[in-house]
Amino acid sequence: MHMMYFTEQPMGAYDAKAGLDFGATALNFSNSHFDPNEGSRLYNEYLEEYIMVDELGADGIMLNEHHNAPFCMQARTNMFGAILAAVTKRTKIVFLGNPLPLTENPVQLAEELAMIDMISKGRVVSGFVRGGGQEQLANGVNPAFNRERFVEAHDLIQKTWTTPGPFRWEGTHYQQRVVNPWAVPMQKPYPRVWIPGVLSKETVIWTAQQRYPYIALNTSIEATKTIHETYDKAAAEVGYTAGPENFGYLIRVHVQDTEEKAMQNARQFMWMQGEFTGLANPVWANPAGYFSPSGRRGFVEFATGRAKNPRGNPTFEQQVNDTMIIAGTPAQVIERLKYLVKETRPGIMGIWANDGTVSKEDRRRCIQLLVGEVMPAIKEYGATLGLKDPWEANAPVHLRYSTDIAGQKVAAE
Amino acid sequence: MSVVWTDTVKEIAGIKLHVSRAGSGPTVLVLHHDIGTVDRLPFYDALAEKFDVVIPHHPGWGKSQRAEWMRHPRDIAAVHAWLLADLGVSNVSLVGLGFGGWIAAEMASHAPETYRKLVLVGAMGIKPPEGDIADQAIVSYIVYPHAGFHDQAAFTAVYGDVTTDQLEAWDIAREMSFRTAWKPYMYSQTLPHLLGGVRSPSLILWGDDDQIVPLSAGHAYARALHDATLTTIPACGHFAEMEKPDAVAKLTIDFLSRN
Repeated sequence: MHMMYFTEQPMGAYDAKAGLDFGATALNFSNSHFDPNEGSRLYNEYLEEYIMVDELGADGIMLNEHHNAPFCMQARTNMFGAILAAVTKRTKIVFLGNPLPLTENPVQLAEELAMIDMISKGRVVSGFVRGGGQEQLANGVNPAFNRERFVEAHDLIQKTWTTPGPFRWEGTHYQQRVVNPWAVPMQKPYPRVWIPGVLSKETVIWTAQQRYPYIALNTSIEATKTIHETYDKAAAEVGYTAGPENFGYLIRVHVQDTEEKAMQNARQFMWMQGEFTGLANPVWANPAGYFSPSGRRGFVEFATGRAKNPRGNPTFEQQVNDTMIIAGTPAQVIERLKYLVKETRPGIMGIWANDGTVSKEDRRRCIQLLVGEVMPAIKEYGATLGLKDPWEANAPVHLRYSTDIAGQKVAAE
Repeated sequence: MSVVWTDTVKEIAGIKLHVSRAGSGPTVLVLHHDIGTVDRLPFYDALAEKFDVVIPHHPGWGKSQRAEWMRHPRDIAAVHAWLLADLGVSNVSLVGLGFGGWIAAEMASHAPETYRKLVLVGAMGIKPPEGDIADQAIVSYIVYPHAGFHDQAAFTAVYGDVTTDQLEAWDIAREMSFRTAWKPYMYSQTLPHLLGGVRSPSLILWGDDDQIVPLSAGHAYARALHDATLTTIPACGHFAEMEKPDAVAKLTIDFLSRN
């Protein structure tokens, strides 16, 4: 089992009252509330914490990016990835991920990731995401072509990584007449690609069709099982049987020496009014054309205040009860995580450990206990359940490299 | 006299286009807003009392099929020009409402001698010299249409208690606006340079309280077209034909009836 550490890199030093007064903490919440001196302090503290995570022996560090909001300070995931490539020694650098539709130049993205793969000596996992609706608006990218751009940018990057240049790309959303970047990935055929997601069925199916692992982002146990069913069905249709190596799960966990302190800090997971991506107008999060047409009717009712949020708005206590948030001493956390792992059987596990305004001391203590005690115990437990990660299972990087499906190209590895 | 409308489907450019038609006399093509259109409006009926009125739903809006390949209002303009050719009508006048005004202007710029007269109401399509075209992407489906009315009672008169079907139609209309006019948002950088050749006399109408397209864009149209008159409508927002149907109909009919 692969176990990785994650934090949103929260801008905990912003004026929370200003956000409440404005009624939103995303997209149009003014950046005049951002203090770059505090930003500098936090970026450097987060970096020190990543180094701790590496030294303590976590399998991976998961990175992401968001825009125009205090809940996440990373505006370009490849920047922290490049830094970690140089300053860490053994941990995988797991991008979950680069928002493909935001780029106008997928070839340059392929080039950057290849550079990071070489600098890190082959430690990159290159996840890709569609990016939330707000990310499209923050970057002036047309939300109506989000999924088409995601798929086409992926196909172009995959070709850039696997086909000797120069070649020409004349697509619908991307046209590049000379594709021949000299930086290519060190890992062959190319770095592993994992796809994180929350609720889009279309993404689950596409991911299964590529034979990429799907990382469910803190979905409920029930929803996670539904995702697995959808994935399994799509996998069977293209000729393979999905196993734990095809599934990952991200869960919010906070560990401290006492339950009381852990619970107190875990409440910070609710710091954006319980919304992962900040308090926002629904049409920012789901601009027209971004959302699946099958959900349109329900969404327009929610967006105009006529229906409740389809995802609900559970309290902290409910989320703890439902194992959506886990907090406590190492022994308590291990027990709950074992339950979760047994129920959802992931080969890849992301632990989202510190959020909001948790103090530097407490963040560091959480990391020590998490990476030093919790992760080894869960890895050991996972092994008894046969939960292998993609490396342990020697899974193909992509469907086309499958050796267990007739007619597929054999892996170059 | 009550106006009798006929709804038909025309196959244009591989898509099924919904077309409403009523009245007789010289043909007037009415091009609807970015938020689409309700089926019947007092303004449409008033025009149909005097003219042969043709009102297509733009491809992807309302009851017309989406064209996946469509990327610009210029494409919509070409579809409507094709429709007129298929209908066998000529010497047609164009009435463009908001976003439809942009489409009308594109049609005229591509065929400067073809159209009899041009009426643009709060037309998008030109970058306003002062102010910006309101960005619907950052406000809800209800807030945006409301913003286009000076008097909210006028909104209620048209939409009543907005139905879920209407909300869904607005979401689809918004998606089509994004698919065709995302960047630059709701204007063309080349259109102003291409309007000077248009021979059709033009009437530019603008609500004096248009919160969607600044009046400065109306002045820009009036400057770019060689034979244009700009008239503002008092106490009126962007959706002028819905808010002040009598005033807009009178101005339009008077203008189109003149030789």
